[in-house]
Amino acid sequence: MVNRKLVGAHYGLLDWLVQRTTGVVMAAYTVIVAYALTQGVGSSYERWLAFMSSTPMRFISFLCVVSLCWHAWIGVRDTWMDYVQPAGIKLTLHVLTVLSVIGCGGWAVQILWRL
Amino acid sequence: MAAMSTTSKKRPKYLNLIKIKLPIAGIASILHRVSGVGLFLMLPLLVWLLELSLRSPESFEAMKQVAAHPLLKLILIGLLWALLHHFCMGIRILLIDMHIGVDRLQASSSAKMVLAVSLPLTLIVGAKLW
Ligand code: HEM
Repeated sequence: MVNRKLVGAHYGLLDWLVQRTTGVVMAAYTVIVAYALTQGVGSSYERWLAFMSSTPMRFISFLCVVSLCWHAWIGVRDTWMDYVQPAGIKLTLHVLTVLSVIGCGGWAVQILWRL
Repeated sequence: MAAMSTTSKKRPKYLNLIKIKLPIAGIASILHRVSGVGLFLMLPLLVWLLELSLRSPESFEAMKQVAAHPLLKLILIGLLWALLHHFCMGIRILLIDMHIGVDRLQASSSAKMVLAVSLPLTLIVGAKLW
């Protein structure tokens, strides 16, 4: 008999691959933004705005936000799975995690699309 | 090893969290998890600061003031560490996935390298920013 508990997670190789791909995207983004900051893009509002609203940045900032959300969901979900046993609490935590990740992601995208 | 005969083992066994000694790779590893969860928990704060930094010249200044608050400075420097550690460790994991540095000695020295890069870098960047 199939005896599965609903805990709001699925498993497997896809998640592993996503964790790696999104990690690489965010690592590249971190390096790019850190380098730009050393070149003074954060020195004034005008320069910061010009930098963040440039076409390449619009493209990769969006990629980074999507990557971050997906990555954080998988990573935090795996952490709950390791430490929380009761199915009800685990499901609740998983749902709260998805909701907060989607909320933050949507918020960040709105900020970027207003530029 | 011979001295550790089965009869001399004390039962039941208790784990003393203070006395447990993780190998260096274990420490770097658990900190990867801690830093990831820390970044996740502080996500709303980070998005809020991003919003302030981009909305208007006034809010850009406000963002700087918020970030200058001692409590926020502390949180931000913690997040800086988290990002740097998670970043270095992430690269280490990706290399190990590609079968680079898998054996125990190499894995332990790369874990040391992660700590030796992320901790001083946090201090240097942190000191520069404040
Ligand atoms: C800077 C770019 C980043 C890189 C290169 C990176 C890389 C990785 C990798 C490779 C893993 C998989 C670890 C494993 O399977 O053992 C991972 C796990 C994780 N990441 Fe990231 N990550 C980055 C940014 C972030 C950010 C910004 C967050 C938070 C919002 C985050 C949260 C997590 C969490 C919670 C885990 C799970 C940890 C665990 O299972 O122990 N990561 N990261």
